[in-house]
Amino acid sequence: MLIVAALSALPLLSLLTIVWGRGGAVHGLVYAGCFLSSVALVAAGLDHLGTQTGGAPTLVLPFGLPWLHAHFRVDNLSALFLLIVNVPAAAASAFAVGYSAHLAERRRVTPFYPLFLFAMNAVLVGDDAFVFLVAWEFMSLTSWLMVLADHRRDENRKAAMVYLSMAVFGTFCLLPAFGLLAGGGGDYTFASMRLHSLGPVAGPLVVLLVLMGAGSKAGLVPLHAWLPLAHPAAPSHVSALMSGVMTKVALYGLIRVLFDLHGHVGWQWGAAMMVVGGVSAVMGVLYAVMQDDLKTLLAYSTVENVGIVVIGLGLAIAFKDDGEKSLAALALVAGLYHALNHAVIKSLLFLGAGAVITATGERSLGALGGLLKRMPWTGAAFLVGAAAISALPPLNGFVSEWLVLQSLFKGPVVPHWAMKFGVPVVGAFLALAAALAATCFVRAYGIAFLGRPRSAAAAEAGDVSAGMRWTLVALAALCVGLGAIPVTVTDALSVVVQPLLGTSFAVSSDLGWPFLSPVSNTRGSYSGTVLVMVGLALFGIAIALVHRMGNNRMRAADAWDCGTPEDNPATQYTGQSFAQPLRRSIAATVFQARETVVMPQPGDDSPARHSLAMTDPIWNGLYLRLAWLINLIADQVNRLQFLTVRRYLLMMFCTLVFLLLVVAVRQQQ
Amino acid sequence: MNHHPLFAPILWQVLQIVLALATAPLVTGYVRWFKARLNGRRGPSPFQPYRDLYRLTQKEAVIAHSASWIFRAAPYVVFASAWLAACLIPTFTTNIFLAPAADMIALVALLAVGRFWLALAGMDVGTAFGGIGASREMLIASLAEPAMLMITFSLSLVSGTTQPAQIVAFVLGGNVGVEVSIGLALAAMIMVAIAENGRVPIDNPATHLELTMVHEAMVLEYSGRHLAMIEAAAMVKLTLYMALIACLFAPWGMAQPGAGPEGVLVGMGSFLGKLWMLATALALFETAIAKMRVFRYADFLGGALLLGLLATIFLYVSEAV
Repeated sequence: MLIVAALSALPLLSLLTIVWGRGGAVHGLVYAGCFLSSVALVAAGLDHLGTQTGGAPTLVLPFGLPWLHAHFRVDNLSALFLLIVNVPAAAASAFAVGYSAHLAERRRVTPFYPLFLFAMNAVLVGDDAFVFLVAWEFMSLTSWLMVLADHRRDENRKAAMVYLSMAVFGTFCLLPAFGLLAGGGGDYTFASMRLHSLGPVAGPLVVLLVLMGAGSKAGLVPLHAWLPLAHPAAPSHVSALMSGVMTKVALYGLIRVLFDLHGHVGWQWGAAMMVVGGVSAVMGVLYAVMQDDLKTLLAYSTVENVGIVVIGLGLAIAFKDDGEKSLAALALVAGLYHALNHAVIKSLLFLGAGAVITATGERSLGALGGLLKRMPWTGAAFLVGAAAISALPPLNGFVSEWLVLQSLFKGPVVPHWAMKFGVPVVGAFLALAAALAATCFVRAYGIAFLGRPRSAAAAEAGDVSAGMRWTLVALAALCVGLGAIPVTVTDALSVVVQPLLGTSFAVSSDLGWPFLSPVSNTRGSYSGTVLVMVGLALFGIAIALVHRMGNNRMRAADAWDCGTPEDNPATQYTGQSFAQPLRRSIAATVFQARETVVMPQPGDDSPARHSLAMTDPIWNGLYLRLAWLINLIADQVNRLQFLTVRRYLLMMFCTLVFLLLVVAVRQQQ
Repeated sequence: MNHHPLFAPILWQVLQIVLALATAPLVTGYVRWFKARLNGRRGPSPFQPYRDLYRLTQKEAVIAHSASWIFRAAPYVVFASAWLAACLIPTFTTNIFLAPAADMIALVALLAVGRFWLALAGMDVGTAFGGIGASREMLIASLAEPAMLMITFSLSLVSGTTQPAQIVAFVLGGNVGVEVSIGLALAAMIMVAIAENGRVPIDNPATHLELTMVHEAMVLEYSGRHLAMIEAAAMVKLTLYMALIACLFAPWGMAQPGAGPEGVLVGMGSFLGKLWMLATALALFETAIAKMRVFRYADFLGGALLLGLLATIFLYVSEAV
């Protein structure tokens, strides 16, 4: 009931803005309303996971297609994703109360924001293909409108165009997938899809179509191209939801079909997903570490993290097909845990980027610097987010990557040679991605928040308003909390995994509560709680020792800089120079990065020039060629528009004859 | 005597916490002294690092105007994380309290925490040198950390666990013969250890004010007690890697749970012996080899990563043959 009330409040809020949008106060009011309904949905999700294990009854509402009413149902998986969606949604809404006042075009954003939330939640509670797909499309369209909010900028229009085409492609894949799942009977409820078994062709085809459809929304390489364009183009609170949450709704679709509706997915698909996930993880973070725009960097990092989740899902499929149920539960819990963590971390980082943009008006790393001193709260919260996404203990990002690695290390249990040789390679990809993520976020944080300001805007920045600050601090606290009590989280996730795999994930049976010891107590264990306590004790001892034994005086002075300090902040390292060693070693082959330095001759007083050229292998190699092909076909088809009446009649005649022939042949059989 | 079952693990844990801190400067001092002898110099006493650290704590700390709180917090975080990591690796006994709190993956990540903070501290003041050091350190880490995880992967495939104490139990149980994979993993481990500790040929710990330096460039702005913490952390880290190599690849002599005080004494003696051998080997190796160009790091560490990957794959090759 709470869910119904909270969901129906959202369209009403949208209506409110459309009617009274001219007044300034109504925007804050609408976001506060969104905050309340998100909190209500979080409560509903928690309540479901805590008390009503199993599924709630299906709610049937009399709208939709004439022969198909709309079905809604909340089961454990939906309840978990209600949390994953609405915790960041509540934070983004609370942030937007203050943030939206700074937006130039807020009347182009506020009306669509509640609808976007509504659509994402509707995907989760839909219990038939019709509701699912309509809500899915609604989610794409409302977010597309918000990507276009700042439509005067060329790159935003391009982003919206690419986004729309990819969204259409995704739905184009999902439609036949659900058609195949429903079979010839035409019963599109999820309940009947579970009973319907798929043939030898339809089964793999559904998996492929869903991987492409949901994968393009989640941002899996090579279908990620829209994501780094569209996510940064929207205002930051919307970017946070698109990057942190909408990709998770896509993963929900993937899990719903592959683990629930589809009866049997072969281990080969699991292996394929692991490869796709591994490539996404490495490519995503490699792109990210080269970016100069803070929000684009964060968007590429989403590609990386979605890749990590998909590695977990692929492993779970391979284990499940092989009958290793407890390992499948471990891998699925790892994937879900990472999805939850990433939702929280990425919203924190995007909202932090929003705070930076509010304070400075800049989002390019080259114009920032020294913000930690001017924005202490935002800076501290962003630091927690950067450390969490770099998978540093004791924060939440580490726990889920630890679980993914633990399940990956058991991957060679599956008795297929492709898995035995493939899993170590995927493991190397994952390890590389994790290490590069740390580099990426040291770079982003070090350039934006540390050092000296690189522009006047950065030098004069002040911290954002209290409401925005507290939202960031709350999300940072959540990152710490989700990492400090890992066993409580995995126990909750075990409830979600149980109906999907038929086995639960017993995690803490051996070593007791604070120890996360999957499989058994000798196979590797981790306890963030114990590590934090001992670490803090050692930290305290170190400080006490040094201060008791040594000299406590401290003096402020100019930077030493090897005796040649330079006042000009341009002498600091920039984002580009920080990435240079990686550019020369890895990106030289992947992105064909080429640097040219033109040094003037002695006596010539023209400046020396350094230029950098990089090509995007996937955009150039795949998308531009596809676009070329589509243009070619369009050009050919274009001729059909300029025919004489006689020829049009001839074409109609030929079509008719052809169709009659088809009917004749079919009747013969 | 009937003690609580946690009595021995906690006792040995406390001993190890102290030991990790006490031996680290001596190991560094010994390497420096022996290198000097190999170069034909007399060299400072092996105990010089203790005096250096004490001297640094007695000086006042100078902080640049442009530094933030990260600059002041980082030395303690770096030191505490290295110290904590050193407490987790079984050295003389596997019966330590913290053994189940972190496995190899957590250990790698814990070392990453120290590196993350050190790199941030390097960038905090806003000088070119700090940036150069941080950028290179992260390049090294980007390749060394995955190599380390691949070593963990191959060891976990051999022994079925990622827990150092359990790996030791597996090896001492006589369950493992001479395997190609373990040899490859050891080679990769040594390469990672050299890179992570900034030793020749990756970085020269004795160098100052050269454009090739990595670690020293990051800590250039530090002085007084802050510098003491960072130097101490580097010493603990060097000893930690030696202990890790000894623990994973040569655990002989280490006491197991249930061993009495005499077993622990044997473990202690064998651990100090192993440290001495590894430190001697390091000094010999560093004397014999020249430093490498920065842009060849990727080849060196990419090699380590590939060796780690080969170590896992070779397990199946040997299984199939």
